[in-house]
Amino acid sequence: MLRLFSFALFLATWWIAALLAGSAKLPAPPIVLATMLAEARSGALFLHLGVTLVRVVLAFTLAMSLGGAIGYLMGRSRLANRLGDPWLILLLNLPALVVIVLAYVWAGLTEAAAIVAIAINKLPTAVVTLREGTRALDPALDEMAQVFAFPRWRSFRHVLLPQLAPYIAAAARSGLSLVWKIVLVAELLGRPNGIGFEIGVAFQLFDIPLLLAYSLSFAAVVLVIEALLVQPFELRVSRWRLRAA
Amino acid sequence: MQLEVDITGKSFIGATGKPHQVLADISFSLATGEVGVVVGPSGCGKSTMLRILAGLDANYQGRVARPSGARLAMVFQEPRLLPWRSVEDNIRLAAPNADDARLDALFSLLELSAHREHYPGELSLGLARRVALARAFAVEPDFLILDEPLASLDDALAARLREEIAALVGSRPMITLLVTHSLDDAVRLGDKLIVLSARPARLLYTLPIATPRTARNEQTIAAIKADIIRLNLANSSGAADADRPRG
Repeated sequence: MLRLFSFALFLATWWIAALLAGSAKLPAPPIVLATMLAEARSGALFLHLGVTLVRVVLAFTLAMSLGGAIGYLMGRSRLANRLGDPWLILLLNLPALVVIVLAYVWAGLTEAAAIVAIAINKLPTAVVTLREGTRALDPALDEMAQVFAFPRWRSFRHVLLPQLAPYIAAAARSGLSLVWKIVLVAELLGRPNGIGFEIGVAFQLFDIPLLLAYSLSFAAVVLVIEALLVQPFELRVSRWRLRAA
Repeated sequence: MQLEVDITGKSFIGATGKPHQVLADISFSLATGEVGVVVGPSGCGKSTMLRILAGLDANYQGRVARPSGARLAMVFQEPRLLPWRSVEDNIRLAAPNADDARLDALFSLLELSAHREHYPGELSLGLARRVALARAFAVEPDFLILDEPLASLDDALAARLREEIAALVGSRPMITLLVTHSLDDAVRLGDKLIVLSARPARLLYTLPIATPRTARNEQTIAAIKADIIRLNLANSSGAADADRPRG
């Protein structure tokens, strides 16, 4: 109910602003909706959305699994931490644009270059979060697992993973928002399709309804994925915590 | 099967970089079916010794021969349950081979049947300790280590749990090692008392209790306690008479 109200408020603000600014700068909601429907009917909207989503999924998975593994290693081993730390600081502070441009320069305007560039942007935050999570592991539970001779997989699944789950969820949450932002830049600079490419086209043609139609469809997809995937996952991993009745 | 302990020293490096010795000479042995009770002043290094015996700490001087292939179970000072798994899952994860009938029996003996689906965070300390006990016994261990399982419980509950531990220990052949502060627990549960000095802990004496656990009444228990107090006095004045059967 509250969400609906908040959405209505957003629409109303938009509409009023559109009336004040004139439709050349900010088209009213019905115009954007019509553009959106036209693009959907031609199939272009779904094609570009789909391509962008695939890039997001691939880059996100790559960054999370690699970053998680590196973060765990750096949390466990002092040597790995000292070796990796300068790289981590460099990557954390390297602008996304630099990584993307360099990836395209070195690997050509390819799909792999785009996905790796996006993943590299997300990687360091996953490493930092998982490193903190690994440092916070409870040695008492490790000892318990050792005394009761837990096999490796059982230890991983029932002792290690639940302790890291909040950190994984945090890394996923912040990482996903980062990937959503960077994927469009990578597409704008060097891909012939995707939401970022379409926004680039709309910008060059100064086609504001088209620009808004793509931006808002993309935002809607992000919201749906947050609500249907990320939030239920967070709820699931914290199920065992005591809730106020 | 036999547990042979011959520790000659164990030190930690302190925060200042200086090593400080926690354990000195400790040697004793325990056979299957025996309950050894370790008593000693608070902070003397009993838990450190248990960690060595459990194989959690290999950095010590001396030798510990654990029965080969023995299944180990331990009740730690804190319950050490997995907070994100239910009571039943906690036990099944440690003892995947335990059959349902045995688990049912354990749950009802320890009065945990109503709490199977609860998470450890929902339990009181007394209940959580009982879950830790159930977990240790579900494993059907050959070597059981209990580190102050009754500490910080009220007297009535401690007495009941002590009865339950005695029943469980008697139910199958195993080597049991119990650490306690309470002379009463020691005398009621133990077959052999292993008395340690203040830090760095060394073995003062071992005292076998000849009367079988089930045959001890209040009188024999009082007599054994009096013996121990006398022995402690003798020890503090330097004259030890160890290894004499009592009771």
